[in-house]
Amino acid sequence: MSTAAPTLARAGARPARLPGVARLALVRAAVELRQFWRERDAVVFVFAYPIVMLAIFSTVFGSEDQGTDVAAIGYAQYFLPGMVATGVMLTSFQSLAISIAVERDDGTLRRLRATPLPVAAYVGGKVLLTLATSVAQTALLLAVAALAFDVPMPSDPDRWVTFAWVFVLGTATGTVCGVAFSSLPRSGRSASAVVTPVVLVLQFVSGVFFAFFALPAWMQTLASVFPLKWIAQGMRSVFLPEEMAALETGGSWQHLATAGVLVAWLVVGLVVGVRTFRWRRRDDG
Amino acid sequence: MTSTTTPAPAPPPAASRGPGAAPPRSPGDPAVRVRGLAKRYGVKQAVDGLDLDLAAGEIVAVLGPNGAGKTTTVEILEGFRDRDAGEVRVLGEDPARAGRAWRARIGVVAQDSRDQAELTVAESVRSTARYYPAPRDPDEVVAAVGLTAKAGARVRSLSGGQRRRLDVALGVVGDPEVLFLDEPTTGFDPQARRTFWDLVLGLRDAGTTILLTTHDLAEAAHLADRVAVVRDGQVVAEGTPETLGGPDARTPLVSWTVDGVRHAERTEAPTALAAHLMATAAGADGEVADLCIARPGLEDVYLGLLAKETDA
Repeated sequence: MSTAAPTLARAGARPARLPGVARLALVRAAVELRQFWRERDAVVFVFAYPIVMLAIFSTVFGSEDQGTDVAAIGYAQYFLPGMVATGVMLTSFQSLAISIAVERDDGTLRRLRATPLPVAAYVGGKVLLTLATSVAQTALLLAVAALAFDVPMPSDPDRWVTFAWVFVLGTATGTVCGVAFSSLPRSGRSASAVVTPVVLVLQFVSGVFFAFFALPAWMQTLASVFPLKWIAQGMRSVFLPEEMAALETGGSWQHLATAGVLVAWLVVGLVVGVRTFRWRRRDDG
Repeated sequence: MTSTTTPAPAPPPAASRGPGAAPPRSPGDPAVRVRGLAKRYGVKQAVDGLDLDLAAGEIVAVLGPNGAGKTTTVEILEGFRDRDAGEVRVLGEDPARAGRAWRARIGVVAQDSRDQAELTVAESVRSTARYYPAPRDPDEVVAAVGLTAKAGARVRSLSGGQRRRLDVALGVVGDPEVLFLDEPTTGFDPQARRTFWDLVLGLRDAGTTILLTTHDLAEAAHLADRVAVVRDGQVVAEGTPETLGGPDARTPLVSWTVDGVRHAERTEAPTALAAHLMATAAGADGEVADLCIARPGLEDVYLGLLAKETDA
């Protein structure tokens, strides 16, 4: 064991302590970001989808102002909050639900499970990745909306405060719900097929593609149960003129209800996520 | 495989364990102790009362046909599966309840992984090293598995054998005391396999306890200090590769043909028997037809064991 002696001595002099969760979350975040950037097609999809949708809808319906006699604004301006909400949903809920299901399938989780990495650091890395991609994607979307479609950006700091908390709370809720939902697909291959329709349906009933006030009442009620409607409404309160609040279901922006529903989903997602998180596939023994 | 250009592996990096570095276990305690392990999937009793011990610093090969319960057993020992019954201790702890500190002391090379495709070899090993309290040097580990030339290559671009060697690098970078290798050389060419064997022996010499499952009898014979044959979820035979199956199974077999009829006889004195045959059974040319003296190897003993169990 002569060659081993130096290492032995070092280990003896410095009792090894397990790395902290926060530091490991940063290590994981660096790994996640690297892998995300190298998946070119995913990057393009996540970043381009809301922008492409904004461009298509604004071009097709560009001549039709949205609203009623009370207030009417250009289509792109009405459409932007919904696209911001969709972007948050894509980078948090959809990306996470699919990527964790895939990582459960391809052995990533199994390998991590065999190391001293705590699950909190794994999820923490995902949260940091989500935060980074959400911020970058939303910034890009806002820049395109302002520069290419002349959507006026709010100048009132209060509105940006609203933007900040709706964005952070929406991303957090989408993240924990994505972690929880990832246990539903049976395999990595089926993950997209299971997750994408959920997101699509939510987009349609939550007033992302159509003016929410124009949807049938039952659809509005259904959408009110889910977070996307509230993220979109919160974003409308940021980017639409004040008088448009009259078109919302309650006749106001309902910030309190928005925060309440998002927090409720955050808690539900957290509880379900913690209870159902699995390192292995569902059908694996 | 690019093993032809791969240099012989360096001695394992940062050899780590000696008696002094051992964790709070008394010296005589086995590194792994399994008693009466049972696990059922639906109607299939995958593991059925399995007993197994690994002393610290030895390589034990678990042999057995597909579906014998090898992988299930290993996954229970890794803390990856629950068991239905039985007692399991790995490094003195129950894997089903062990925490991070315990995971830092084991290493796992599982079957069939496809993860981390977008990372490079070096990134993959370095980031994994950071999960551990006292890891080996990642670059040395990459060198030890012969992947230095591929350190900057994306994992997705590796061949099957290179990918497997990366799996081993990731399994040992945390400097584990107990290493689980689940069919590690499946798909290796002979030279890569030989290189890999040297690596495993080096790890053992550095004090690592290694549990190896394999289909490859030559691998077990070359690497293992002890061999355990598993069939239907139980250990049916155990011993060193040289003594497995008992002396009877090792008795040389002399076979020959007389008048088109094949004869065979087990004897401890094959030379004497051959001399006797030369006198009594040789043809006109002085040759005994189809004379063959065979000393059963591990594979013959193993197949004999499985056949005997099936007959029983």
